Amino acid sequence: MQTALRTSLPETERTSRANFAPTARVVREERPAQTSGLPLSIRALRKSYGDNEVLRGIDLHIPAGQFVAIVGKSGCGKSTLLRLIAGLEEIDAGGVSFGDAVKPEDIRVMFQEPRLLPWARVLSNVEVGLGRDRVSSDAHSRAEKALTEVGLADKREQWPSLLSGGQKQRVALARALVSRPRVLAFDEPLGALDALTRISMQRLLERVWRDQGFTAILVTHDVSEAVALADRVLVIEDGRIAHDVAVNAARPRKRGSAELASLEGSILSHLLSADDRT
Amino acid sequence: MSLIDSVSLPRSFRLPHVDGLVQWIVPLAIIAIWQVASITGLVPTRVLPAPSDVGLAGWKLLLSGELVRNIWVSFWRASTGFLIGGSIGFAFGLANGLSQLSARLTDTTLQMVRNVPHLALIPLVILWFGIDESAKLFLVALGVFFPIYLNTLHGIRTVDPQLIEMGRIYGMSDGELFRRVIFPGALPSIFVGIRFALGIMWLTLIVAETIAASSGLGYMAMQAREFMLIDVVVLSILIYALLGKLADSASRVLERLTLSWHPAFQKR
Repeated sequence: MQTALRTSLPETERTSRANFAPTARVVREERPAQTSGLPLSIRALRKSYGDNEVLRGIDLHIPAGQFVAIVGKSGCGKSTLLRLIAGLEEIDAGGVSFGDAVKPEDIRVMFQEPRLLPWARVLSNVEVGLGRDRVSSDAHSRAEKALTEVGLADKREQWPSLLSGGQKQRVALARALVSRPRVLAFDEPLGALDALTRISMQRLLERVWRDQGFTAILVTHDVSEAVALADRVLVIEDGRIAHDVAVNAARPRKRGSAELASLEGSILSHLLSADDRT
Repeated sequence: MSLIDSVSLPRSFRLPHVDGLVQWIVPLAIIAIWQVASITGLVPTRVLPAPSDVGLAGWKLLLSGELVRNIWVSFWRASTGFLIGGSIGFAFGLANGLSQLSARLTDTTLQMVRNVPHLALIPLVILWFGIDESAKLFLVALGVFFPIYLNTLHGIRTVDPQLIEMGRIYGMSDGELFRRVIFPGALPSIFVGIRFALGIMWLTLIVAETIAASSGLGYMAMQAREFMLIDVVVLSILIYALLGKLADSASRVLERLTLSWHPAFQKR
């Protein structure tokens, strides 16, 4: 019902539509200006651990503001690619460049585990995300704004151990968003959540991405999640990009629509046929 | 009990009140049984004087000022030795937990020293310091050093590496990383060390005061033994028990104040 309501509204009513999101409420007058996403170019990127060559030459261009999903079997190198983009690992050969000079605050990563500091209250955990701006005078209000965006403003003084798995992940999302990043990399952020929480988190991710306009890179096991969220799905096999599939379905997308299902089917059959060959 | 449970008072209001009484039921019952046994002659007063006699002896010593002076001397020795040994242990724990070089340089040596029972050093310590204050402080400091060193080191080494990676990604400087991630992460383990050390602190002090001292609770007990004042001996032992309990409670209060984020401290 929710989805039906949302699809019937015109594109321009984005902010008011956000108010229908089940778990999050957005205060409209606090809406910041759109942050501009960064384009991303990857040339002949290679990475190996010892004798194991994980990435064997990745060439990729991601336009600013695009939502890209990376899928593949475990161990195919998709998480490594993400960690290289985010600067968490040393690059062996090739390069990753962003169209602009980047500050550390411009690129943020969200992991499968929330990685919240258990000894800091929710609000201070979000403030961690401000990077060098943590000490600035508006740190508090910025963190509160980010918490409001993920719908957890009322939990600001809570200890993380008292939150549910989905709430912890939303705090982690607020922490990643608070510095207004221009590239946001997700390493299976929803992998540990139950099915219903996953769906509401997917909606939340899609909404903040549309509101803020960052470039999103999502690594996931779940092909249906990839086609539901992304503009483009990359299939990685043996350290190379095996398929590059555009997802042109209109947003907001209706879960379980025939269009997405057939796309999901064809990507899955790619992944599984690779399995049969070996 | 079920009646108390059914009363819908907030937990935070009800529990400390009841808890505070419950823990004293057993000690008080033991004292009551002991008193009855003494009065009926079941336990001869030559073996164990009645609690009332012990209380009376305590009252006399209190009036003469001897008791307060001896408790104060022992308390001063215990806390000073604890502070000296504890801070050195904490400093080594930090250094060896944070720096590989420091750990390689000193850890092996410290582990070797650790395996020498520190009370075995008493003869040597008496030769070095006589029965001076420094002898007692040295022994207490040495005794509390190791539990605090080992637990600080362990705490720092077992801080979740994912949190440290997170801190680095979010641009924390080394100092900030220590303050916001490593130290709070190591704190539960440091408290375990402190509570172990408090036990060792009393043990060491009592032994040292019994063997080589001219004041303090241990000395008071030994003097009383010479004059067959068994009530004073028992009194000293009871005071040790109370002081030990006091030190433990103090560390619990500190724990509760600093670890309120910890799930183990939230539901009480």
